[in-house]
Amino acid sequence: MNEQLEVKELDNVVIHFSGDSGDGMQLAGNIFSTVSATVGNGISTFPDYPADIRAPQGSLTGVSGFQVRIGSGRVLTPGDKCDVLVAMNAAALKMQYHYCKPQATIIIDTDSFGPRDLQKAEFKSDDYLGEMGIDPDRVVACPITKMVKDCLADTGMDNKSILKCRNMFALGLVSWLFNRDLELINNFLREKFRKKPAIAEANIKVVEAGYNYGNNVHASVPNTYRIETKVKVPGRYMDITGNKATAYGLMAAAEKAGLRLFLGSYPITPATDILHELAKHKSMGVTTVQCEDEIAGCASAIGAAFAGALAATSTSGPGICLKSEALNLAVIDELPLVVVDVQRGGPSTGLPTKSEQTDLLQVLYGRNGESPMPVIAATSPTDCFDAAYHACKIALEHMTPVVLLTDAFIANGSSAWRLPDINDLPEIHPHYATEEQKYKYSPYKRDPETLVRYWAIPGQEGYTHILGGLEKDGETGAISTDPENHDLMDHLRWDKVARIPVPDLEVLGDKDDADLLIVGFGSTYGHLYSAMEELRAAGHKIALAQFKYINHCRRTLPKCSASTRKW
Amino acid sequence: MNEYTAQDFKKGQPRWCPGCGDHFFLASLQKAMAEIGVPPYETAVISGIGCSSRLPYYANTYAMQTIHGRSAAIATGAKVTNPNLTIWQVSGDGDALAIGGNHFIHAMRRNINLNMILLNNRIYGLTKGQYSPTSPRGFVSKSSPYGTTEDPFRPAELCFGARGNFFARSVASDNTETMAILQAAYRHQGAAVCEILQNCVIFNDGCHDSVYTSAGRKENAIYVRHGEPLIFGKDNEMGLIQEGFGLKVVKIGENGITKDDILVHDAHCMDNTLQLKLAMMSNEDGFPVALGVIRDVDAPTYDAAVNQQIEDVKAKKPYHTFMEMLETNDIWEVQ
Repeated sequence: MNEQLEVKELDNVVIHFSGDSGDGMQLAGNIFSTVSATVGNGISTFPDYPADIRAPQGSLTGVSGFQVRIGSGRVLTPGDKCDVLVAMNAAALKMQYHYCKPQATIIIDTDSFGPRDLQKAEFKSDDYLGEMGIDPDRVVACPITKMVKDCLADTGMDNKSILKCRNMFALGLVSWLFNRDLELINNFLREKFRKKPAIAEANIKVVEAGYNYGNNVHASVPNTYRIETKVKVPGRYMDITGNKATAYGLMAAAEKAGLRLFLGSYPITPATDILHELAKHKSMGVTTVQCEDEIAGCASAIGAAFAGALAATSTSGPGICLKSEALNLAVIDELPLVVVDVQRGGPSTGLPTKSEQTDLLQVLYGRNGESPMPVIAATSPTDCFDAAYHACKIALEHMTPVVLLTDAFIANGSSAWRLPDINDLPEIHPHYATEEQKYKYSPYKRDPETLVRYWAIPGQEGYTHILGGLEKDGETGAISTDPENHDLMDHLRWDKVARIPVPDLEVLGDKDDADLLIVGFGSTYGHLYSAMEELRAAGHKIALAQFKYINHCRRTLPKCSASTRKW
Repeated sequence: MNEYTAQDFKKGQPRWCPGCGDHFFLASLQKAMAEIGVPPYETAVISGIGCSSRLPYYANTYAMQTIHGRSAAIATGAKVTNPNLTIWQVSGDGDALAIGGNHFIHAMRRNINLNMILLNNRIYGLTKGQYSPTSPRGFVSKSSPYGTTEDPFRPAELCFGARGNFFARSVASDNTETMAILQAAYRHQGAAVCEILQNCVIFNDGCHDSVYTSAGRKENAIYVRHGEPLIFGKDNEMGLIQEGFGLKVVKIGENGITKDDILVHDAHCMDNTLQLKLAMMSNEDGFPVALGVIRDVDAPTYDAAVNQQIEDVKAKKPYHTFMEMLETNDIWEVQ
């Protein structure tokens, strides 16, 4: 069994780690994607966690997964169907097999396919492969649990702790299959568990056991694989989810603007990780207030903006409905505010853990009166950083609430992010009241070019003023119900947003001679771009226009000869 | 600190109905602000919606008139961001206790250092006469032509139930006492609720009649003073004693009762049982209405604690800038 298997080169591969919620699939997947990124591969990951609070162990609803896609070049999505499925129990196989490519390699822990496991996974017989129509030749059937127990038998660890290492065996096996350097994985584990060296060593032992198992038995696969890196972009990288990148964008902007960052928020899936992330960074002066409800999340942020903070509020679908009235106060008060809407499936509570891009019309038009508000839609997990940063820049420089749309998919998904240098990020200059306005300040007087009003922060002598939800006279700031003034103010608020400089819409692909133009916005970029590239490779002429700046956007579209041909 | 007069805090011409309690209250607030001496530019008045919520337009300070019910939440964000601001959060019985009830109770639970004014006229005035959450059961209004079929909130009970540490009450027309409780609210560090009993001349005239005049208060109200016996009446001949689980009105000199038997007010007592008893007294139950500072207990404030925690973590954690923070992640290098 010592002869070397053939190594096949792949352009990209999708691996789905699945098991019970407690099986540590996310960690295994994360380590695999990170070590792949370390050698320069493109990576994209996506966790698939159950909506049940805590489904019974081994049950179909308790299956949790983590999908990793690695590629020789840029990888824009975590992929659709997988090339390799790791199923740590019978339920995982039952749930995930449908998402396997026909020739996919399937790794299973045969110790988790006993009669009770099969029953819980609603198999009818013990011929589970037959029932699913799975070719046994594609299956790496391995008694993972038993081997992990044997491997750690003399460590003195208790049974529960030993079982927690099963994920590392699967990781070792996958690492063998893809010719990953074990040393990188071992270093990762030593770093991750640097405060618990015994755990690190136990994990390493199991990873190596998995790797050696593959090597020794050739694990009934015809060959192993390698994914070379074609294009390396040198730099320092980290793995980042969209929610974390959003939080980082807010923090970077606050520091650049010289302001305190304030987040008013109420926990809601899938946006809560933004609150979690920001709550960690008090040493940078970040203030987070977990409010009594969604409305207070937005309202407290408006109060913070009035008092001179870079204020933000984070939420998802139902929360954006609740915040709408307060958002309109920020519109009429012309206060800087960033509203992060991590979209999820609706209507109502809908599909809290699943992704949808269905809040666009709500954030554009879902408020009473004429209520223009800039809307930016992030296009990928890493783009959340850039989008959040620019949302802050626009809010502070143009005195307006700004909506940042992301969604569950890019918020929870991750990819490799090249660390930025804050010195290279664009400057942010909040539109403060001027020294000349002292004792003459009127809150709704504007810069004649940009139509932006001036921000006077309470505590400064000579700038006392009142803001409010009632329409104001543009000159004096007094309450006004005069129809002509209202018409003027409506136009001023609208034109102010329309004058915000935004980048041109970029058209990708066959932009000069496309037969079909795909138009999308925000987080669907990765899928649309990948689909376009696949079709272009098949000889079709296609272009993609993906809107990131939505309100407002540059209306002059580059030339594109899309025909009306039906597809 | 600078010397200010009430004039320094005045702005514009109030548009409330003649005789409205809001006029009285505004004058008391402006005088209290002048006596407190915090500069207008370090003061913010933040309100919601309703007749009383127009008040910020007449205060020459930083101000916001916001949306219905949310001013406590908006003020919370402002106060946490800038704890040096003195914030007067102004609302009415509808704004604070109906649409804004959630923010009202949580502001108290957190103990955010706001001076929370509750102008209670037991009616919706701006929408022209519907019953409010403080209207008594059976109250006839435009939206309850056959009388309401629900019980009212009693603001003190809500405040105490939300673990409020400061509660004071005054009658809008009683300038001296109103100023006194406003100053006490300013001195109190934490959420300080001042319930102002206020008449609505148009839609609920006479709702606080028994205590609206000085003479009425002599008979029907008791001014509570920390450390002093709870006595009232035209000639201070009446008093309160504790009996069983409750309070009892007694006449000094009758049935062997002397002044020494009278309960002494303790606004600083952590246990709010007797303070609540005082706050809940009503003329209908044969008690005087308690006015003055009923509860005033020290407790950590939210805004100070939030900012202190930031300072503590700053001292403990090694990173303070964005670039330093990035280095706390698992980073790899592609050559």
